[in-house]
Amino acid sequence: MNNYVDANTKVIVQGITGHQGKFHSGEMIKFGTKVVAGISPGKSSEKVNGVQIYDTVADTMHLAPNASMISVPAPYVKDAAFEAIDSGIRLIYILTEHVPFHDTMEIFYEASRKNITLIGPNGPGITRPGMCKIGIMPNHIFKRGDVAVASRSGTLTYEIVGALTNSGYGESTVIGLGGDPVVGLTFIDVLKVFNDDPDTKKIVLVGEIGGVNEEMAADYIKHNVKKKVVAYIAGRSAPPGKRMGHAGAIIEKGSGTAESKIKAFNSAGVQVADFPTDIPKLLK
Amino acid sequence: MNLYEYLGKDIFRANGIPVPDGYLVEKKEDVRKYEKPVVVKSQILLGGRGKSGGIKFVKSEGDLRPAIDSLLGSEVRGLKVTKLLVEEMIDIKKEMYVSFSLNRTERKPMLMATTEGGVEIESLPHEKIFLRLIDPLMGYSDYIAKEAIKFMNLDPAIAPQFRSLLGKLYSIFNKYDCELVEINPLVVTGDGKLIAADAKVVIDSDSLFRHKEFNVTDPEKTPLELEANGRGYSFVELQGDIGVIANGAGLTMATLDALTLHKGKPRNFLDLGGTDSVDIVIDAFDLVLKANPKTILVNIFGGVTKCDTVANGIVEAKKKYGIKQPIVVRLSGIHEVEGREILKQNGVDAFSDMMSAIEAAVKREGGN
Repeated sequence: MNNYVDANTKVIVQGITGHQGKFHSGEMIKFGTKVVAGISPGKSSEKVNGVQIYDTVADTMHLAPNASMISVPAPYVKDAAFEAIDSGIRLIYILTEHVPFHDTMEIFYEASRKNITLIGPNGPGITRPGMCKIGIMPNHIFKRGDVAVASRSGTLTYEIVGALTNSGYGESTVIGLGGDPVVGLTFIDVLKVFNDDPDTKKIVLVGEIGGVNEEMAADYIKHNVKKKVVAYIAGRSAPPGKRMGHAGAIIEKGSGTAESKIKAFNSAGVQVADFPTDIPKLLK
Repeated sequence: MNLYEYLGKDIFRANGIPVPDGYLVEKKEDVRKYEKPVVVKSQILLGGRGKSGGIKFVKSEGDLRPAIDSLLGSEVRGLKVTKLLVEEMIDIKKEMYVSFSLNRTERKPMLMATTEGGVEIESLPHEKIFLRLIDPLMGYSDYIAKEAIKFMNLDPAIAPQFRSLLGKLYSIFNKYDCELVEINPLVVTGDGKLIAADAKVVIDSDSLFRHKEFNVTDPEKTPLELEANGRGYSFVELQGDIGVIANGAGLTMATLDALTLHKGKPRNFLDLGGTDSVDIVIDAFDLVLKANPKTILVNIFGGVTKCDTVANGIVEAKKKYGIKQPIVVRLSGIHEVEGREILKQNGVDAFSDMMSAIEAAVKREGGN
């Protein structure tokens, strides 16, 4: 799979009979995603959105799935992810919010040992317009194009993608990395892929307060990325020590501030927009 | 969630890490008979208690009551002191530092240890601190203690105790889903014993479903924040006067930032979340109104949350609570035209772009 997913990606949904799983699997199918199976123990005689339900991931192997969306309650996420990893699913996206980060650490290391891509938890997923959408991003905001977007937030991504599309741009890949302190894919991981992707000409990074992944991305861009990169950072007005909605969005002991991230991006030649809707202007 | 020192020490004691003998005082009757010198420590969740007068050393019977009286109910670093920990005074020969925390970037637990404790770890030069990432799958093993002991050039008389303590501390880090377990200072006593003179334990709030014993009120949150969290909203109280309701953590943060850049002062952070329900919007207004804002700004990018649902919620909340303050709304995305029409019919301004709404909200706040 070039660029994580493509038109041939076959997706299973773990937790397809839940409120989120039911609604979003339907939207994914409308987008054109090949949703080949749903998992929900004890409901294997049923279908959701025309998709057959199975008791276990192992039962779906004859369908050759290569990606899973996990939308089960937080206490069960680790088990669901281990099940997908053990079955050899190549890309795992966790939608669920409030997963304990000790669980995410274990999931991440089990996945990386087997070269499995982990996206999330607590993000909107991945979309490649015209090919595949795994996750909860609204279908109507996208247009196929050459701008790649990676973001730590959901609605803010939609706001920016909407602004891009309205300004005549289109998107090659949009990835939500997730709002938790520990997540799978990071800015550097996706920058490597976007930098090599012939469909991508320009890159937008949407960061927020907390951690130092934006600073590390800035350093990586300075030395490795030839394509134009612009950014937005949320949380400039956030008080220290408070979690701003996302578990990972917190300024701790002076680390993780918006100023530090903006400064790092600027020193790498990456312009940072004051307002999310200014992103299209910076891409010109 | 940050635990008080006495709760952290309860965990240490239960898991075999030595702590000074002590007891908790919440009211004056809790004070026990003076037997030996003690330290009276205010239980607040900020560092620098000693320098701010929150810790008193009591060396005679006559000094105990006055120390309790002066601390209980007082304010230390702006926080009201409602709990005191009374502990035996220990004979301090040396102060060290040890912690396990989450390294977010590496996605691994990280051990930090130094023989120069008793000060803020951030104030020490990097080369004096033993830093070691732990592979979460292999976990902690004794060789890591050996590396630490060598780096710290630890006294062989102390080393075995230190090795045993590190293993126990890492078990606590995992068992209680900690973001941080920190002992600062880790004291070497005059008779060569290691003892945890302080305890800082921060538990991942998302893990509380499997740690019911810590399902206590988070002391760092305001009553309104606690009420909002209890009703399922991410909510942070701020100092300004523009109430904010938005959807998604990132967009809500961006809304606060944009207001601030336009010289507006947000009163709160409220994330409506990704649900499509009129009642959730009405309930959000109830919370924001309790913060007495002068203006209310609603910023919605509709997807799962549909704009007409939000519009209906706003109209109903206005009726239900008789809202007098100006309400400025931005609706964009799914069903935005219907949503704005509903609002217009009910006399509420609605914009389709975020920046116009931000400017209007700041203007409303300034004039009337």
